[in-house]
Amino acid sequence: MEITVKLFAMFRVGRFAATTKKYQPGISPVDITTELNIPEKEVGIVLVNGRHARLDHRLLDGDILSLFPLVGGG
Amino acid sequence: MGLHDFITAAATADLFPWAAQAAASERFGLTLGQVEEALLTRGIMPARYQRNRQTITVEKQLRLFRSRAVIIGSGGLGGYLVEELARLGVGNLVVVDPDIFEEHNLNRQLLSSPALLGSPKVEVAAARIAEINPAVTVTPLRAAFSRDNGPGILTGADVVMDGLDSIATRLELAQCCRELSIPLVHGAIGGWYGQVASQLPGDDLSPCLFGAWAEQKGVETRLGNPSFTPAVVASLQVAEACKILLGEGESLRSRMIYVNLLDMEFNELLLEPAPAVVGE
Repeated sequence: MEITVKLFAMFRVGRFAATTKKYQPGISPVDITTELNIPEKEVGIVLVNGRHARLDHRLLDGDILSLFPLVGGG
Repeated sequence: MGLHDFITAAATADLFPWAAQAAASERFGLTLGQVEEALLTRGIMPARYQRNRQTITVEKQLRLFRSRAVIIGSGGLGGYLVEELARLGVGNLVVVDPDIFEEHNLNRQLLSSPALLGSPKVEVAAARIAEINPAVTVTPLRAAFSRDNGPGILTGADVVMDGLDSIATRLELAQCCRELSIPLVHGAIGGWYGQVASQLPGDDLSPCLFGAWAEQKGVETRLGNPSFTPAVVASLQVAEACKILLGEGESLRSRMIYVNLLDMEFNELLLEPAPAVVGE
């Protein structure tokens, strides 16, 4: 199945801003963050098709996954 | 000559010079704030706010003067929040922070300087407000915000400004604001990046504040914070606060602006509507 992955802020650095590629059916955002070497604890907002989702959300063909880093400084 | 006649005599057109405001304060035994309120209720703009017009009318300036903003955290974001809210003319500011200025603050914290290292941040903030706009009433509280002292600190606020540096404390702040039905303007920064959103009564911002593991800190621990990111994010927060206090414009309700200054992108994220909003 095809998933579009959009990365924001420093998740892009050394990776990409957006890409669409084929994945095995049944994968979750956490499988993609693991593949991209993004530490789970740095993940803030996870959106699937613009809606909030958890890292263990089951992705479907055609989904758009957006990953934002956790920002907490002041 | 009474205050009313003094004001009429000293006003030039519909502006009132600062020197006359100070003279009225001394002559009639009033605070500068009391004189300011007397001017604004008569439709006279203190001259220091003349460039606020037409953005902010005299009536709206009075509304800002009678408003109370509580600023939680007086560091990177907080310094700019204090400065901009005081210059805007928000009449009552409460500044809450437990810390003193340290050397690693100097790259970005507006109110810090080598001479003030070791000084409590809230005392410096109060002195700064007294210097730039003495008509503003400032209450410095040298304390760490928590669920326990939160209600006492926030009660009576018209808007609460998030200048914290911990995600866990932000969640407590958001919860306190929800329970008290006080608008909260959230801001957070890390490196080239930041985020801004508003939680109005009935909303719940907390899903946007924490990640998978409810970490205490975010990417800022690795990326640090340069001088410009807090200035950008705090300014967006003050614009939000101004609109909330005046009931104007479109606030960042149910949406968040994610700021990326490295690629110079501002992304808007739509947030799930709060249960209270669904069905309206």
